[in-house]
Amino acid sequence: MYTIIKKEELSPGVKVFIVKAPLIAEKCQPGQFVILRIDEDGERIPLTIADFNREEGTISLIFQEVGCTTRHLGALRTWESILDIAGPLGQASHIKKFGTVVCIGGGIGVAPVYPIARAYKEAGNKVISIIGARNKNLLILEREMAAVSDTLFITTDDGSKGAKGLVVNPLLDLIVAGEDIAQVMAIGPVIMMRGVAEVTRQYNIHTLVSLNPIMVDGTGMCGGCRVSVGNENKFACVDGPEFDAHEVDFDGLMIRQRMYRDMERMEHHPKEGCSCHR
Amino acid sequence: MSSLKHKMPEQSPEARRRNFNEVALGYTADIAKAEAARCLNCKAAPCRKGCPVEVEIPAFIHEIKEGNFDAAIEVIKRKSNLPAVCGRVCPQEDQCEKYCVLGRKGDPVGIGRLERFAADYAMQQNKKEEVGKKSNNLGRVAIIGAGPAGLTAAGDLAGLGYKVTVFEALHAPGGVLMYGIPEFRLPKDIVQKEIATLKELGVELVVNAVIGKIFTIDELLADGYDAVFIGTGAGLPHFMGIPGENFNGVYSANEFLTRVNLMKAYKFPEAATPVRTGKAVAVIGGGNVAMDAARTALRLGAEKVYIVYRRSEEELPARAEEREHAKEEGVEFRLLSAPVRVCGDEQGSVQSIECIKMQLGEPDASGRRSPAPIPGSDFNLEVNTVVIAIGQGPNPLIQGTTPGLDTNKRGNIAADDFGMTSKEGVFAGGDIVTGAATVILAMGAGKKAAAKIHEYIQNKKAGK
Repeated sequence: MYTIIKKEELSPGVKVFIVKAPLIAEKCQPGQFVILRIDEDGERIPLTIADFNREEGTISLIFQEVGCTTRHLGALRTWESILDIAGPLGQASHIKKFGTVVCIGGGIGVAPVYPIARAYKEAGNKVISIIGARNKNLLILEREMAAVSDTLFITTDDGSKGAKGLVVNPLLDLIVAGEDIAQVMAIGPVIMMRGVAEVTRQYNIHTLVSLNPIMVDGTGMCGGCRVSVGNENKFACVDGPEFDAHEVDFDGLMIRQRMYRDMERMEHHPKEGCSCHR
Repeated sequence: MSSLKHKMPEQSPEARRRNFNEVALGYTADIAKAEAARCLNCKAAPCRKGCPVEVEIPAFIHEIKEGNFDAAIEVIKRKSNLPAVCGRVCPQEDQCEKYCVLGRKGDPVGIGRLERFAADYAMQQNKKEEVGKKSNNLGRVAIIGAGPAGLTAAGDLAGLGYKVTVFEALHAPGGVLMYGIPEFRLPKDIVQKEIATLKELGVELVVNAVIGKIFTIDELLADGYDAVFIGTGAGLPHFMGIPGENFNGVYSANEFLTRVNLMKAYKFPEAATPVRTGKAVAVIGGGNVAMDAARTALRLGAEKVYIVYRRSEEELPARAEEREHAKEEGVEFRLLSAPVRVCGDEQGSVQSIECIKMQLGEPDASGRRSPAPIPGSDFNLEVNTVVIAIGQGPNPLIQGTTPGLDTNKRGNIAADDFGMTSKEGVFAGGDIVTGAATVILAMGAGKKAAAKIHEYIQNKKAGK
């Protein structure tokens, strides 16, 4: 059992849990994730480790309530617990001094980008960050990202905060202005990551994306998270989650994300009744 | 005396093809005694040489014949830590029963069925065993993977007097017994009861512990474990590399079965994990895992389930019993057929699978006649789901994080017949060494390794 020692709402439907998980907190690195299961009838879902505190023995999990499991998760209260958390899983981000690194986070994707940006910064890189959301209410971790970035750009779809438009716009501006970008790290909706990849491909800028496909075990056993990278199937759980953005088949990934869309309507309710809205 | 085995009482095919209850219902006490009476109790006991864990077969059968069912299970447990599992899933026809003298003229003794009877009888009595916790001061052993190999090694070592910790990556111990073999062949509460017996022996189980990530093997050794046994199994599914394999509705058998068995997707939406089958399902492959997947698909409500296998019935690797059960339940066999590509609709969901007919040529290196496609014989099966059951490779998580641990070219851990690896204090056994095989072979490997680990630790402590 893993106790939630702090719970906060970052934006409507986006929550952060600080969870006691000393062994995971001791070992995890930026870029890694966990698989959790809320209760006996729960499904196993992957969540990126958004932050960790080795002294306190805690990890932070940030999630958006999009499906049944994340809604049940969001209904848990402080001092309640999560039945199973396995991790840290996946390959850690490759952190070293590259020069100038652009970190891009879209929507909930800002959560996994944050520890990576911080690690880049600590390794001596110049970190330029771009974070975006549909509107200002949905923007998360602005202060945290500002603290680990040399420059922070904000975009919203409706212009309610920062520049109106997509996260690729400031990126293009930087490129056109002649910024010498050694690497781009982009995490967010698949369509955003694809958009970033299309831009940087033209300018031949090395770009990484972190993928979050459907998984069951997270240890390479099921192959459900397979994604075509450079025309070869890779398992996001053990080979990733980070891959070269210019090699990823984003269209295939988008199709696979829709696998259970029809079934989302038949939602799971715990025996004692749905606790989503308590 | 009949030359035939007593029939196993079963659910009828019509009833069972739509439920997940166990197919084989087990012998009653009377049938068990009658079947046991067929045993000649031969001195040479050739049956025993067919058993990877050397159960004292004539002795336990004799006890059943005499009606001493408690004594029967005690005899079995001297050698096997998982009798209720073995009695159900061992391929007895290739092991103990293959060597039974009665088999020369008629059916061999139903050894597996009798083993299952004795184990189930003991469970039903719910008799608290006298095992108790043994002293565990001989040393500490870490076991990686709570599947058949690891659990067997754990049981033997705890019985010898070691403090044993089993690390399991998933949330439930059991390995393939939990995620792979379906409920209708091996009820999960039976697996958990067998594991509970190991806990009573003092074995400590740590779930959600992915070794290679949370601890490395070197860290375990540095942490004071005298030896480590790796029994992580064959956990990396093979895909075919044909076009369309990433369409929605294409599963590895591992994923399909894990969703249904471990995650209980058959209870969706009460259980939160979904699985898609649709009206028609094609399962690629001809082994036991393929049969399990096909029969699972039927129970999930598929109207048509095909087994697509590239060789003929003769080469089909599944046990005869599994094959017959599948046929009785209505699985259609498309033999001498190989998939060419999976076709999908505009939403990216599986629509059909294109196959080609095969013919058998000369025997290949494996001794089996190798199949070759017949040009122009393509045909289409309209299906909503494709399950690929063509085997698994070794899981790479440990090999990649353990310097000094040699692997072969397939990525399996190199170990001798006693489980010794290239790294001191590190032993391995089961599918991670041999590649995908059977539960009982993994148990045999766990047993041999446990004996070797005992020898290694005691020699080391004696300064030898």
